[in-house]
Amino acid sequence: MNLRQWAADLRLGAKFAFTGGREGWTRVLLTAVGVGLGVALLLLTTAIPSALNVRHDRGEARSDYTYSQKVKPKADDTLVIADVDTTYGNKDIRGRLVEPEGPRAPIAPGLAKYPAPGDMVVSPALKKLLDSGDGRLLRERLPYRVTGTIAESGLIGSQELAYYAGATGLAPHINGWQTARISEYGTPNPVSAKSDPVLILLVLVVFVVLLMPVAVFITAAVRFGGEQRDRRLAALRLVGSDSRMTRRIAAGEALAGSLLGLVLGTVFFLLGRQLAGSLEVLDVSVFPSYLNPAPALAVLVAVAVPAAAVLVTLLALRGVVIEPLGVVRTTRPARRRLWWRLLLPVIGLAMLYPMIGKGRTEGDFNQYLVAGGVIALLVGVTALLPWIVEAVVARLGNGSVSWQLAVRRLQLSSGTAARMVNGIAVAVAGAIALQMLFAGVEGDYTKASRNDVNRAQVEVQLSRGVDADEAVAKFRSVRGVRKVVALAGGNLSDASVKSAGGQNRNSPVTIGDCAALREVAALPSCRDGDAFVVAAADYDTDTPVLAKPGKKLYLDTDQGMDAGREARWTVPQGIRKVAPGTDPSGMEHDGFLLTRGAVPAAAGQPVAQAYVSLDDAVPDVREYVRNAAAAVDPFANVMVWTRNEESKKFASIRTGLLVGATCVLALIGASLLVSQLEQLRERRKLLSALVAFGTRRRTLSLSVLWQTAVPVALGLLLASAVGLTLGTVLLKMTATTVSVDWSSVLTMTGIGAGIVLVVTLLSLPPLLRLMRPEGLRTE
Amino acid sequence: MSIGHTLLGLLESGPRHGYDLKRAFDEKFGHDRPLHYGQVYSTMSRLLKNGLVEVDGIEAGGGPERKRYAITDAGVTDVERWLATPEKPEPYLQSTLYTKVVLALLTHRDAADILDTQRSEHLRSMRILTDRKRNGDLADQLVCDHALFHLEADLRWLELTAARLDKLRAAVTR
Amino acid sequence: MTPPPGSLLTAENLRKAYGPTTALDGAEFSIHPGEVVAVMGPSGSGKSTLLHCLAGIVTPDSGSITYDGRELSAMSDAQRSALRRSEFGFVFQFGQLVPELTCVENVALPLRLNGTSRKEAERAALSWMARLEVDDLAKKRPGEVSGGQGQRVAVARSLVSGPRVLFADEPTGALDSLNGERVMELFTEAARSANAAVVLVTHEARVAAYSDREIVVRDGRSRDMERLV
Repeated sequence: MNLRQWAADLRLGAKFAFTGGREGWTRVLLTAVGVGLGVALLLLTTAIPSALNVRHDRGEARSDYTYSQKVKPKADDTLVIADVDTTYGNKDIRGRLVEPEGPRAPIAPGLAKYPAPGDMVVSPALKKLLDSGDGRLLRERLPYRVTGTIAESGLIGSQELAYYAGATGLAPHINGWQTARISEYGTPNPVSAKSDPVLILLVLVVFVVLLMPVAVFITAAVRFGGEQRDRRLAALRLVGSDSRMTRRIAAGEALAGSLLGLVLGTVFFLLGRQLAGSLEVLDVSVFPSYLNPAPALAVLVAVAVPAAAVLVTLLALRGVVIEPLGVVRTTRPARRRLWWRLLLPVIGLAMLYPMIGKGRTEGDFNQYLVAGGVIALLVGVTALLPWIVEAVVARLGNGSVSWQLAVRRLQLSSGTAARMVNGIAVAVAGAIALQMLFAGVEGDYTKASRNDVNRAQVEVQLSRGVDADEAVAKFRSVRGVRKVVALAGGNLSDASVKSAGGQNRNSPVTIGDCAALREVAALPSCRDGDAFVVAAADYDTDTPVLAKPGKKLYLDTDQGMDAGREARWTVPQGIRKVAPGTDPSGMEHDGFLLTRGAVPAAAGQPVAQAYVSLDDAVPDVREYVRNAAAAVDPFANVMVWTRNEESKKFASIRTGLLVGATCVLALIGASLLVSQLEQLRERRKLLSALVAFGTRRRTLSLSVLWQTAVPVALGLLLASAVGLTLGTVLLKMTATTVSVDWSSVLTMTGIGAGIVLVVTLLSLPPLLRLMRPEGLRTE
Repeated sequence: MSIGHTLLGLLESGPRHGYDLKRAFDEKFGHDRPLHYGQVYSTMSRLLKNGLVEVDGIEAGGGPERKRYAITDAGVTDVERWLATPEKPEPYLQSTLYTKVVLALLTHRDAADILDTQRSEHLRSMRILTDRKRNGDLADQLVCDHALFHLEADLRWLELTAARLDKLRAAVTR
Repeated sequence: MTPPPGSLLTAENLRKAYGPTTALDGAEFSIHPGEVVAVMGPSGSGKSTLLHCLAGIVTPDSGSITYDGRELSAMSDAQRSALRRSEFGFVFQFGQLVPELTCVENVALPLRLNGTSRKEAERAALSWMARLEVDDLAKKRPGEVSGGQGQRVAVARSLVSGPRVLFADEPTGALDSLNGERVMELFTEAARSANAAVVLVTHEARVAAYSDREIVVRDGRSRDMERLV
């Protein structure tokens, strides 16, 4: 009604917030930190879709579409570009060799001009890696002079490793998939951004899991010092303010903290944005400038969060009648009912259930259902916990005096205790679920492969025209390499590839020296010049027909790319049948096996793969092999096999999650401590009296410990149960094998328990101080 | 209240004329009821007779009012004894107690002692009353309570006076 | 100086300062078994500090306190706590009952602290509550009883462990006169029947009237009125 009166009341409340002494300040600060974290997290969340979009667009803009059967003619606006991606350690590096063919050749995004042959421009992250000691071996592999850096517009993430190197003579390598001639960048048919649904799910759940405890924390923070504030409001009632005014004053107080929190939140967000620039999740990193929340959403956050804080204050005041002569709490609420509390987690599960088994392949998860389901489950924790604490505490038996004191206190005010622990429970539940999800998804990434790592650990696919023997010799010279075999492939047919159509019969050919051929089949004896045919391979009806001695066949070793290299080959008289075997990659080779001497010279240099067996005791042996491969063949594709592909993709994010959860827990611990101290201060007279009649300090300290430990233990139990349930559901949603990550359960509950201990320890000195007889003195 | 003891006490600080005594008395104790000079004269002659004061000198011009009195050793002892004896706890004895306290201050005695002694005496009475009350019927209790409340009022006054002794000392010795 | 013969608790020449404020400045005290001594004096005179020193809650800066032939200042904090648990009882003005515990649990607390079983402690507590006419409040919490009832519960608690000295600091300070008198009556009667000495700090004459004698503390110095008179 009267606007001026309203403003005056709110202002008075704000004034109280800052002049309320140490307790007032603590409350304002904790509220502000809580609101600040909430604002920052929400702003980051709203910024993520736009960040992913920007990323996607940048990726599209620089795409050099090499998958084309039709080779463009050379012109003054063309460029030959070769994809020479490599891997260093566990980092993927985007590499391109470029050769502009005219002055109007398209320039790649982020580049001012192409580097001269032998030079390269690199991404800042790659530059850093090359300049560091860690990049020693990589420098050998990239023997180009760094002449510049790729600008942000040419990169899809701050941590992306990428380079463009100038080259000559690329044209002959054009093959329709690795090397191509292009006249423009960008995809011919752009698609809308489509991220890995599992990634989106992870991001969504991470933010919900981090936001929930912050929300719980805010609701707890605005209640700090509530009793002191209520007394002050009562004093205001005494001098004539009505109950509406007191509510407005309280709202003003909460608003002051929230506004300060808004400022803090902006600072946190900007810091977080900078920090996000140095993070990498699932090989995805972003530039801080990508993280721009939509203005409308930012405004919404800036309005909604403080409004929520004020709302919580008013809700908390609802159960309190502030009279001029003191504060009257409305009669103790009826026993807490269970049914609606159980309803929330059930609803949560029901929302998540339809998405079970979807995995990566069946399209996006419904974001609203995911967020809603996770929120409902976690809110269910906050709804269930008070009931559980009340129910359990009411049944707790009598033990020592310290236990009795704590239990009785909890029985009288289990709601307060539960409220304080809610944050911890939600954070732990969420963190357990997430850790489980990460551990599970990580487990999938590290699934055992078919590759037989006892026979070889590295496969190098050499490019066309590379002499396999030379390459093998080069690999053999690398320290730590035990054995190298090279196998080439080809096709035998009874008709030329040039003859259009026709019903021709085909059979695969494997070419290698005797040692190599022994890897794929059991040869009775072998000399150079021998030829073999694999007997009785499944479904192979063509080979027996073709393997008639004297039959003239066409041999193609070039996978149909260049018909000019087709050679005639006659099945020799001495061809022998051998039993089938598998190569080191676990592939069965059927058809013909030819020693090098059996291949006619006209067939040219077949495209070969080298299988390299390593001595793992030699450090960095894989990098040496990659370097050797790059030296013999810049276009070589090196694949490192491991029994369990050790994915460290999630190691950093899991650490990050742990740190985040610990921070949230520490924050909640701080609020626990504050309310604990507030409660102790209120009881100083009682504490002194108890000490006067001979209560041991140990008894009182223990009772303080129990008082925190009992609700926290219950909270952690519930949190573990809900966390494991949520984790299981999420894993089922991503179609991942469900396995309980006990170490994370133990870690999280351990941290929760540690916080109880720390809070108790930190409240002991004030407790001991309050127990001094000075407290007995009246004024 | 004993005018004799009061006048004796006033003489302790030094010999005075009769007029002086009256003026000092009126100033310190006679707020609403100044002393007649006749009272001074009769009291002083009684004290003279008992050897508690002596005539220090007579100024020229004669007349009783011209006599200068001085306290004797016996007089000092008498004042001493009077001050040390608590008054029987009874209603309306403030004026006596007040006089005693002021005289003690004037004569540099420990006024707190007077108050403490008096409190002790009051408490003794209160204990008796409390005891009687405990064992008596309702009528007894009511009667005792009445007395107790009066005594308590006195005691409060004693406490208050004790707390303000320093101020009072400054006021009366000014 | 040796304690007066037959004295249970004696203090000599106590001095205690809190920072720049001198609370006790050479106070003396002595009490016999079964005796009720009122400690009187204006507020801030040091009477509460005297009580805290006598009860071993506070250690004086100098001076000696002898309880039953033992020197209090020679005891460790734990020993003094144990002494308070077993030999002393306490009644304060207010705020001494644990709000979460029921009245009978509050009364039983000193016994429980001494290691008595819960059942036994509460039985003893109930019998003391009966003597103070508050046994019907056994199951109620302190917040649900009146001030006078609460003080009687506190008195029952001070007596439950069979103490030899009871310390009462303004036990009726928060009560009206009728309730205060009832509490004092029950308190002194119960103490006398248990032959416990009572150190009764009060500034109220009507409360002090329940004592056998009084000492006055003023500016940190005590006056024993009996010796003075």
